[in-house]
Amino acid sequence: MITTDILDIQKIRADFPILNQEINGKKLVYFDNAATTQKPTAVINAIAHYYNFDNANIHRGIHTLAERATRDFEASREAVREFLGASSIEEIIFTSGTTQGINLVASTFGRKFIKEGDEIIVSGMEHHSNIVPWQMLCEEKGITLKVIPVTEQGELDMEAYENLLSEKVKLVAVNHVSNSLGTINPVKEIIALAHEYGAKVLIDGAQATSHFNIDVQDLDADFYAFSAHKLYGPTGMGALYGKKELLNAMPPYMGGGEMIKDVSFEKTTYNELPYKFEAGTPNIADVVALKTALEYADALGRENIAAHEDMLLSYATEQLSEIEGLRIIGQAKKKVSVLSFVIDGIHHQDIGVLLDNQGIAVRTGHHCTQPLMQRFNLLGTSRASFAVYNTIEEVDRLVAGIHRVKKMLL
Amino acid sequence: MTINETQDEIIEEFALFDDWADKYEYIIDLGKKLKGLPEEQKTEDNIIKGCQSRVWLNARFENGELFFDADSEAIIVKGLVNMLIRVLSGHTPNEINAADLYFIDKIGMTSHLAQTRSNGLASMVKQMKNYAIAYGLKA
Repeated sequence: MITTDILDIQKIRADFPILNQEINGKKLVYFDNAATTQKPTAVINAIAHYYNFDNANIHRGIHTLAERATRDFEASREAVREFLGASSIEEIIFTSGTTQGINLVASTFGRKFIKEGDEIIVSGMEHHSNIVPWQMLCEEKGITLKVIPVTEQGELDMEAYENLLSEKVKLVAVNHVSNSLGTINPVKEIIALAHEYGAKVLIDGAQATSHFNIDVQDLDADFYAFSAHKLYGPTGMGALYGKKELLNAMPPYMGGGEMIKDVSFEKTTYNELPYKFEAGTPNIADVVALKTALEYADALGRENIAAHEDMLLSYATEQLSEIEGLRIIGQAKKKVSVLSFVIDGIHHQDIGVLLDNQGIAVRTGHHCTQPLMQRFNLLGTSRASFAVYNTIEEVDRLVAGIHRVKKMLL
Repeated sequence: MTINETQDEIIEEFALFDDWADKYEYIIDLGKKLKGLPEEQKTEDNIIKGCQSRVWLNARFENGELFFDADSEAIIVKGLVNMLIRVLSGHTPNEINAADLYFIDKIGMTSHLAQTRSNGLASMVKQMKNYAIAYGLKA
């Protein structure tokens, strides 16, 4: 038994009330963390506290509640700025999540600065949300989409990437971590190479932020998008980082209240950053609770979280590798705690259903990465993804569960 | 046998199982027994796309009765499809159209019709009824 943990996992588990329940008569094993993590009591309480005591519309009110709501909302922006290592709060735009962040860049930066004949590069391991917005833009403007191939190990072919780069490339959009494979991509290198050709780079950070520290300045990322719900925060909100000079040069995304300075029927002037991109009343309660989620992860220590998850990943990789007929998809040298696998002769949906009957939640299917599945000639995989509250015993349950599934189906 | 008589028969069969594994082993067995469709009938026209697994459905109309053949990549879906065919196949369009498929709930398989499963089973029931409506109009 491996017990090198600095963290008291049982104590952490007590922070997540949802984990303490039975599913189909068995103690829940939640291994679908790459889809969304569970929420600690502190985050749940922060949302309740906001509505119980502080709820008001932000920014223009002069009464006490409006001031309190505004203060907490903006405090969360500062927390995100610090978390991402951005230089200014003007560079932090609250969104509904990673998808909206990417769409915002496609609709504003993309429409204004990418023209017919130009090229956009994505990778072969992108989530559909980092493919489709660019395809839509390409179709609209006659832009060409190029794709960085994925190796058999599940890594990006960096040599092929360098060959794709040219003066025609205006934007490179890749994920920091693959949701299907767990691969940690060399984004710093990807960004540096793109910059040599004057291309801007958007990083889809959805799968990265719960696993390690992000420093957008060190990476020199032009845009970095993430979702709160994958790092112990609420669903339906996230943030987009953008370099100030780019955000200033970009037209607004949506029109409405909050994003304007003055409106008349003759001429409307737009608000300053970051409000220019935040039309309408935002998801205030969840923005406030994101700060709590970031503080929760900080208090545990992101290195400690990563160490625990790495331990679970290597134990699970070792155990699952021993199962006959099981093949792990994605064997990159650098991975987060995501384990995708297929079993010869068994459809992933059957695995998912039969594990669920044993109280084990995994994700099955194409994980919104159909091009990547096609690359591996697969219809889908089963994916177990681990978070800070998962344990070795739970991995053992998964292993036993898979053996049972095999026995039932083969 | 009427549609409801077949449904009641299936409910009785499932009453024998007292744990989930027995139940699923039976469904898996039904899935293995479903003869499925020849490759040439697994066409885009016959496909019922779900997020998780594909289901193919073929309908034949003979002497006023509708017959179904189906296939799926996933064995549990195949087992459930086997039962649906057993219940609905060989009945008139009117009977199929009016059928209330209560057996799915009674044998504890409602979750397989839920949207989250996205396995095409709910779409399959709908498609069977659509065939019934279409052939009912022709008849």
